[in-house]
Amino acid sequence: MSLIDTVIPAGEPWIGTIRRGQILRIVDLEGNQAVDTLFYNALDTAEHYSAQNTIQAQRGIYLTTGTVLMTNRGRPLLEIGEDTCGRHDTLGGACSAESNTVRYALEKRHMHNCRDSFLLALTRHDDETGPRLTKRDLPSNINFFMNVPVTPAGGLRFADGISAAGRYVELRALMDVLVLISNCPQLNNPCNAFNPTPVRVITRESA
Amino acid sequence: MLWEEEIVGGSHWSGVLRRGTVLRLTAQADDANVAALFYSREQPLERYNMADTLKAQHIAHLTTGCVCYSDMGRILCSIVADTCGWHDPLCGLTDDTAITARYGATRFQEQRNARYVSGREAMLVELGKYGLGERDLVANLNFFSKVVVDDAGAMHLRPGNARAGQYVELRFEMDTIVLLHAGPHPLADGPNYRPSAIALRARRGEPPAADDVCRTRCPENARGFINTERSYG
Repeated sequence: MSLIDTVIPAGEPWIGTIRRGQILRIVDLEGNQAVDTLFYNALDTAEHYSAQNTIQAQRGIYLTTGTVLMTNRGRPLLEIGEDTCGRHDTLGGACSAESNTVRYALEKRHMHNCRDSFLLALTRHDDETGPRLTKRDLPSNINFFMNVPVTPAGGLRFADGISAAGRYVELRALMDVLVLISNCPQLNNPCNAFNPTPVRVITRESA
Repeated sequence: MLWEEEIVGGSHWSGVLRRGTVLRLTAQADDANVAALFYSREQPLERYNMADTLKAQHIAHLTTGCVCYSDMGRILCSIVADTCGWHDPLCGLTDDTAITARYGATRFQEQRNARYVSGREAMLVELGKYGLGERDLVANLNFFSKVVVDDAGAMHLRPGNARAGQYVELRFEMDTIVLLHAGPHPLADGPNYRPSAIALRARRGEPPAADDVCRTRCPENARGFINTERSYG
């Protein structure tokens, strides 16, 4: 599998495959850019990243160095290595046209959003080795570089980002992994500092 | 009252709750837990969405006034009464590995219906009855369990949150397939397997008024009700 080095412009999706043992680096090029991401077992996409299995396994909600991303079948999928941001979210999910009408205003339905990007990417991913993915295959995702603190009183909010230009996170694939990314186009909350920007995705073989 | 039924501790249940029906779940013993999932009866691809439920209402727990959002900006059900005070939307289901590690291995052949069933197995079985399966098994919520997240992000299950007799009432705003499993919470410590039975009691409810506690909880919920009412308009 050839190595990847690509820039995903603001608001665009990306889909690709990485092999077991390869390291995926996601770079927040300009700072405070949410990168909505899903991972699937590339050989059997009914097995995929599970937010609840992951936070249950580590008994904690924030993702950072040492976090093992778990599948819905309770198996290790990827492990987070170097992380110069320090905290990533997996409770906030992806924005959608429909949730934007609830969160902001009924008139916001037209605005570009992560679920539309996910669905568009899936229409382009015509994998002859298996069934095409659909909305049915969109579980709760990871938001790299996004800051969603939860309080002991049970509150939750989308806070100002803690990332900055050039910060990155690395993940080592523990199986062959299909990666689905939406570089978030949200303009209604601070998850992209109200200014969506490009991110870079790089893979390399582990040393 | 429409009907009553008891979910035996450790077992699973599913059914269709129509728009306008109120379902009361009552803990029959202390430290009850009920894993729950909701799907649109009309189009099960529209389903409960953990993230949209949390971020629309700025919550990491559920109680009176909170609603359960679908992934299509609509409200599947609303919490109209709650004597418990905290329900966990974060932690997910037990699986066979966790149940066996915590409580030991069981089989029907020896334990008959007292065998231990994991939350994942329970939900997969109930999903199958509607033509649904693993791809439809999304993040669930756990009624009657309280999980506090500290400032470092660590999750702590608080024993003693639910007492026998406490209840939560769900008013269904859409025709909904409801899956329930009266099994242990995934963060519960072993080794004693004592899942509480859950009493179900369904009645016909009033449509949500303009001053309804769920509709008025936040502007987001007001818009969620508008989206839902439009689809039944």
